[in-house]
Amino acid sequence: MIDRDDVLHVARLARLRLSDAEADRMTGELAKILEHVERIGELDLDGVPPTAHVVAVEHELRPDVPGPCLSREAALAQAPATQDGGFLVPSPQAG
Amino acid sequence: MTAILDLTAAQAAAAIERGDLDPGELFGIYRERAAADELGAWTWVADAAPVAFDVGAPLRGVPLAVKDLFCTEGVPSQAGSRILEGYRPPYTATCVERLQTAGATLLGKTNQDEFAMGSSNENSGFGPVLNPWDRSRVPGGSSGGSAAAVAAGSAPWALGTDTGGSIRQPAALCGIVGLKPTYGTVSRFGMIAFACSLDQAGPLTRDVTDAALLYRHMAGADARDATAVGHPDEIGLPSAERLDGVRLGVPVELAGGEGIEPGVLAAFERSLALARELGATVEEVSLPTADRALSAYYVIAPAECSSNLARFDGVRYGLRVEADDLLTMYTETRHDGFGDEVKRRILIGTYALSSGYYDAYYGRAQRVRTLIARELAAVFERVDAIVTPTSPGVAFELGSKSADPLAMYLNDFFTVPMSLAGVPAISIPCGLADGLPVGLQVAGAAFSENRLLDIAYALEQGLGFDGSPARGGATP
Repeated sequence: MIDRDDVLHVARLARLRLSDAEADRMTGELAKILEHVERIGELDLDGVPPTAHVVAVEHELRPDVPGPCLSREAALAQAPATQDGGFLVPSPQAG
Repeated sequence: MTAILDLTAAQAAAAIERGDLDPGELFGIYRERAAADELGAWTWVADAAPVAFDVGAPLRGVPLAVKDLFCTEGVPSQAGSRILEGYRPPYTATCVERLQTAGATLLGKTNQDEFAMGSSNENSGFGPVLNPWDRSRVPGGSSGGSAAAVAAGSAPWALGTDTGGSIRQPAALCGIVGLKPTYGTVSRFGMIAFACSLDQAGPLTRDVTDAALLYRHMAGADARDATAVGHPDEIGLPSAERLDGVRLGVPVELAGGEGIEPGVLAAFERSLALARELGATVEEVSLPTADRALSAYYVIAPAECSSNLARFDGVRYGLRVEADDLLTMYTETRHDGFGDEVKRRILIGTYALSSGYYDAYYGRAQRVRTLIARELAAVFERVDAIVTPTSPGVAFELGSKSADPLAMYLNDFFTVPMSLAGVPAISIPCGLADGLPVGLQVAGAAFSENRLLDIAYALEQGLGFDGSPARGGATP
């Protein structure tokens, strides 16, 4: 059974802050959803291969030649902050 | 004007071709209705008619509503999420581009559940959508804005996406037609991703002919989406009037009646009777694992979502909550930008993929997916199509299920198995229950769209459903 600490751990992995109220509420909701999901535990799945994808696709490589792509300006146009032709982010060093 | 509003998209295109209808007038009528919409169906409406209409192309300039999550160059594309508020992409989704090349004109973008996660459109960051049949009720979701716009006559037709039922269920609840095509027949390039192995674009339309026409111009392989294989056949316009020799299967595990509202079951049974009158045989078939499809789906879809939505981090586009360090910027941006349902699914998905739980959840769910795909394939060896109600109930009251995520998920009970197997399914309106539309789902083997559309068309002609009450009134 998933508990509040599990939820907070998973939230950290997902880079998502939860308020205290959210963590409380989500713990109950997630437990109920996972209980439903765990019904797949009752099935006999011995020897059944997994399906990641339903279409059998052969991966093809495209020719390695230059072609048109987004301009730097277009790629940066929607960014919250830019500098020197790149995305600007705060320091990865905490505090 | 009323006469023009009564035209289906295919009829409007034909009238333009004959010279009986001016595409500018058609666009103007719909633009005005979309701009005056009171249902919350639209997130953006074109300011003015385009300078020119491509009346020589097959879709003759007929206006098109596009679900918010399709990227449209220079036009807000927010996937119903505050984290993408105001985002104007630098490119257009392949399937929208294909439709524009075929002569469709962009009328506007439609509201949806945030990142297509939901069955009521109440999860939109931009407000709920109301059902045009009864404004106290939801239109379904996640393509709720597209369905409501078509039903209310503020768009002739619309694009949606279906991951576990997001085209079919809102089509059913709004009394229109919705087609989820075979996975891989329509490019996903430029669709803001929810669950890549399940997401598929498709049409929401007033009738089956419009669905065939729109789908014909959407399908096609795409070098920018390695999973887009296109369709092996030219999609025809349906013409079958009879169902002689057609074998329909009713899955005993799905259509057993449990959890289905009596009015929905009655409309479903009337549809089966009609199918028999038209010459079809109706038999019971078995999909032993189908009742576990929802459980598998709510592992697979959230797992893929948790990975896809990692890209919303405040760096390249959308919302950023300023912070002194990078990690806090990420966690605060995602806290403020995502709504509750998206957070739930990110957490479930991350949990299911995390060390120690992967095999019990994601690994098992993928094996269940194999069983469901095999069972459906075996049934389609025996029957041409299977039929079920699209949704266990009619449109429900706003707010009535939002406190219970699991109750909301059960809306997808009939639609999820086909999504997991990647097979096509169409929902057509098959009657009213308590004055609200009921949808009939017809599903077939992979790439059987032409046969599916023919079956749906014959049933549609026999059912004679009247969608005009939802279009009533001077403004939608």
